[in-house]
Amino acid sequence: MSRKLLLEHINVPGINTFDVYRQNGGYRSVEKALKTLSPDDIVEEVKKSGLRGRGGAGFPTGMKWSFLAKPEGVPRYLVCNADESEPGTFKDRYLMTYIPHLLIEGMIVSSFALGVNTCYIYVRGEMMPQICILEKAIVEAKNAGFLGKNILGTGYDLEMYVQPGGGAYICGEETGLLESLEGKRGTPRIKPPFPAVSGLYNCPTVVNNVETIAAVVPIINDGADEYMKIGIGRSTGTKLISAGGNLNKPGVYEIELGVPVEEFIYSDEYCGGIANGKRLKAVVAGGSSVPILPANLILKTVNGESRLMSYESLADGGFVSGTMLGSGGFIAFDEDQCIVRNTWNFARFYHHESCGQCSPCREGTGWMEKVLHRLEYGHGKLSDMDLLVDVSKKIEGNTICPLGDAAAWPVASAIRHFRDEFEWHVNDPKSAMERNYGLAHYADPLEIEVKG
Amino acid sequence: MLSITETEVVSFSQELISRCNEVVARYPEGKQKSALLPILHFVQAEFGWVSAPAMDRVAEFLDIAPIEVYEVATFYTMFFLQPRGKYVLEVCRTGPCCLVGAEKIMRYIEQKLEVKEGEVTADGMFSWRGVECLAACGMAPVLQIGPEYTFYENLDERRVDELISNLKSKQ
Repeated sequence: MSRKLLLEHINVPGINTFDVYRQNGGYRSVEKALKTLSPDDIVEEVKKSGLRGRGGAGFPTGMKWSFLAKPEGVPRYLVCNADESEPGTFKDRYLMTYIPHLLIEGMIVSSFALGVNTCYIYVRGEMMPQICILEKAIVEAKNAGFLGKNILGTGYDLEMYVQPGGGAYICGEETGLLESLEGKRGTPRIKPPFPAVSGLYNCPTVVNNVETIAAVVPIINDGADEYMKIGIGRSTGTKLISAGGNLNKPGVYEIELGVPVEEFIYSDEYCGGIANGKRLKAVVAGGSSVPILPANLILKTVNGESRLMSYESLADGGFVSGTMLGSGGFIAFDEDQCIVRNTWNFARFYHHESCGQCSPCREGTGWMEKVLHRLEYGHGKLSDMDLLVDVSKKIEGNTICPLGDAAAWPVASAIRHFRDEFEWHVNDPKSAMERNYGLAHYADPLEIEVKG
Repeated sequence: MLSITETEVVSFSQELISRCNEVVARYPEGKQKSALLPILHFVQAEFGWVSAPAMDRVAEFLDIAPIEVYEVATFYTMFFLQPRGKYVLEVCRTGPCCLVGAEKIMRYIEQKLEVKEGEVTADGMFSWRGVECLAACGMAPVLQIGPEYTFYENLDERRVDELISNLKSKQ
């Protein structure tokens, strides 16, 4: 059994209320932090723990915190990114729904560490029920003296507010989120300056994902050394994985980083195998933006090593034969799924969500969607695959924010690994409209040559 | 598209104004524009959609130019700029939901309500549309209904039938 740090008490009845949460050891980290630690101690502890941003980028959290500028007389802000919208990812919704006080506890400790007196939780607008849950939890915490003026008699003041979004994926990008929080369109800002220097209202700001903030709680409670014992290499601690698609037991799982992918998919502790007795065709391991891999490459690396659920192992082989852990949105495709159709679906998503600020993304995502649509509906040309790769390369790296990359990678990787399926759509459109290409060799063991 | 033909002036109830004031107090002095998204949600919950006169009233309330409200309301997909049915069924149409039958659900809803995506049923009760990822892929297929954004998970045809008949009997 994986150790649970975040979801340990998730099944305790009433854990969403302050009293039950507190009885189960909740808010200990606030007491410890405010009464026995200095803000710098906390930053050091988080740095040492090796905690990496759980929203997708995997940037070391402690380092991000240490970049925060601290000019005299200027307020600083902590903003929690709860704009969870990456297709395949639904862990933050789960955490906020069932154990909202964990996020609030983490926000208090993190705010104290950063010298913040006002913090915001930016929640995607569609999560109105979660917004209500958090607002209720904030009131409870405040009534118990964990928020507001002079918290626990330590002289530390903190106000916490929940801000709804309006339904825009782009606001998950931290500067797009800040623009949105200022009441504007969520168009990402040119960096530098980074939010650590000039963020919300041009003040120094840290933006962290829900799960990242929650992970601060066990790090402060048990110490960085304990946290580092879990995981593998530079992937320390536990990670929430949102498992969806054609699985027997889709859901949110807290894993110790380093669990083999094969175990994660097939063991009864986790996803319990592929639904309806079918075989695995492909996996998107970290949310729709990361490269899709055929079954053989997700289970084993090109060197024949077992692939693990960790930042490094999933990235083994770069984009030629690897992928990324990303946000932990794990999507499994069974043998009946059409990769061309799914790639078109994702391309439509990115076209829909492109903010329109940068031409390569605004035009490129729409172009890719159109080409993929014609491939899916039997009007494609053999040259379309090269065209798609060409367009994707011209988007990648040429935009203000990573949405461009996120749109380019799924298309490029689908063609890299499933080119014969795309070609089949062109060569035999009638069959492609009627039935699925099937498994081809995607589930075969890795003896086959991997194309560079 | 914004509909800018109406000339009526929208007035906000005292209750709505006090909720708006509460939100404005969350931000530093002079940063009241931050309240724009929360207030647009209030307006939509109250009136069912966000009309141009309502946006003008929001602009007046926040002491910002009307264009600052229009540009925001048109950017975010949750705000309806045209009247919709009383209940808008928003079905997730993104990849993971489609792996387990979201497209079938949308076709079924279209058949059942006898209206195309974005249109309103003759009795004014229902609209439906496909929306992008709702972050509930483990419970797919899913749909949501505003203004509370209640979630309906693991949908099949029977559940859609139940849901629609429950909503019909609610009125």
